[in-house]
Amino acid sequence: MSETKPLPVVDFLKIPEDGNPYLEGFRCKKCASIYLGERNVCSKCFARDEMEVIKLTETGTLHSYAIVFRSFPGIDVPYISAIVDLDGGGTIKGNLINIDPDPDKIEFNMPVKITYGDALGRKDTEGNSYLSYFFEPA
Amino acid sequence: MSDVYVMGVDMIKFGRFPDRSVPNIGAEAALMALDDAGLGIQDMQALYCGNLGQANAMVGQRILQEIGQTGMPVVNVANACATGATAFREAWMSIKAGMYDVVLAVGVEQMGKGLLGGAGGGEGIPKEGLLGSGTMPCVFAEAGMEHTKEYGTTFEQFAKISVKNHHHSTMNPKAMYQIETPLDEVMNAEMISYPNTKLMCSVNVDGSAAAVLVSEKKAKELGMARAVKVRASALASDPYTDRDLVMPDVNACTRLAAKDAYEQAGIGPEDVNLVELHDCFATAEMLHYENLGLCKDGEAGKMIDEGHVELGGKVPVNVSGGLLSKGHPLGATGIANIYEVCTHLRGEAGNRQVEGAKIGMTHVIGLGTACGIHILEKTN
Repeated sequence: MSETKPLPVVDFLKIPEDGNPYLEGFRCKKCASIYLGERNVCSKCFARDEMEVIKLTETGTLHSYAIVFRSFPGIDVPYISAIVDLDGGGTIKGNLINIDPDPDKIEFNMPVKITYGDALGRKDTEGNSYLSYFFEPA
Repeated sequence: MSDVYVMGVDMIKFGRFPDRSVPNIGAEAALMALDDAGLGIQDMQALYCGNLGQANAMVGQRILQEIGQTGMPVVNVANACATGATAFREAWMSIKAGMYDVVLAVGVEQMGKGLLGGAGGGEGIPKEGLLGSGTMPCVFAEAGMEHTKEYGTTFEQFAKISVKNHHHSTMNPKAMYQIETPLDEVMNAEMISYPNTKLMCSVNVDGSAAAVLVSEKKAKELGMARAVKVRASALASDPYTDRDLVMPDVNACTRLAAKDAYEQAGIGPEDVNLVELHDCFATAEMLHYENLGLCKDGEAGKMIDEGHVELGGKVPVNVSGGLLSKGHPLGATGIANIYEVCTHLRGEAGNRQVEGAKIGMTHVIGLGTACGIHILEKTN
């Protein structure tokens, strides 16, 4: 087993040397639109070089979802694919966990929070582990 | 600028042809459309060819290598599920621009079976099933669930759309399937991504469709009896919306193209007698009743409940069987739906004929995002 720390599953997941992981966004200073991943131009208001780096908030509400029963071979199902509007702005997508994958149990606009954990045991070709983010009911 | 007419149009019966090449499948529809127009390949001044799967492989030229190498200009087009509509629109624009009087548009696709989208790739580890799902049934389920959130639209209402389109396809000999699917069968079929069951997902098929477009001058010369006038050709990309980062917005893009199309034609949704729209999933069709202005926002569920979108209803939608039952060969779809509408405007649709149809609309949307809309009108 490798003792090295896990890699982030996406570029906008940051893992500081000392401190807790967080999600990073880029916010346009002109129109407040929030993007995932580094960029220089705002596609909403077209402003250039007005981006500031922010930490995304770790709470939000469930905007929409689907329950996936068939995916590609080797992917465990069912799971909930969720679209979450973050309280501080921005929208992200991920798995909603710790709730039954049942439309009668899932409520639109329900409060959720971001948690971090191992990427379901998935490793890259070099054997590296990854840290992912998930949503769970708040 | 000259008005533009469809003088010949046809599609092959959609199916699975693993032993044929993409150009060979496309060539068949091209010849059928030429025959329908009463013209030959030597009469064509340009070819606009839509194909996605072999977008870098000169499919248009390879079609001509099968049916006649005249040396005409060929443009190969790829624009996701709007590929065929975009090829048709490029042909339309070339006549509008006064460059040509007679051009050919072909759409063709050979599909594998199985799920589209979200296969992973990229660096690191696969994200599918880890950061939600990028599979198409899921992406369109999420879009449909937005409608549920807003208006309380039910699983049963979404499923009824599939019942309707499969019923329509029983009257279309060119559809992949001609099988009735009662509501309980649709709802109890294998769940793919809730609320889309397997029978609420479009069918991956091979297919091709083609159209001969002509200027008004040429149409008069050839005879107007079966000509269909192109009243509008609109193409839009996705305008910025707040959830763009994670949720392809099929609504804003369609609304933008629809507004443009209605303005070009100088008509409103109430003037449209039939619509072939992009029912890649049952959840998608529901959204487009509102996006295309066929009803007010929030009334889409009522459109299906009250039968307004069935053959015989106020504005029949997808009387061909739609992508759900006719099949969805990506690059061919945008011209196949033009074939369907033209067939009704010509009064040649047999027992699925929309009686008295004078104006029809076609709509496709490809994620990424591209929306193509055409409005067609009977001439005689």
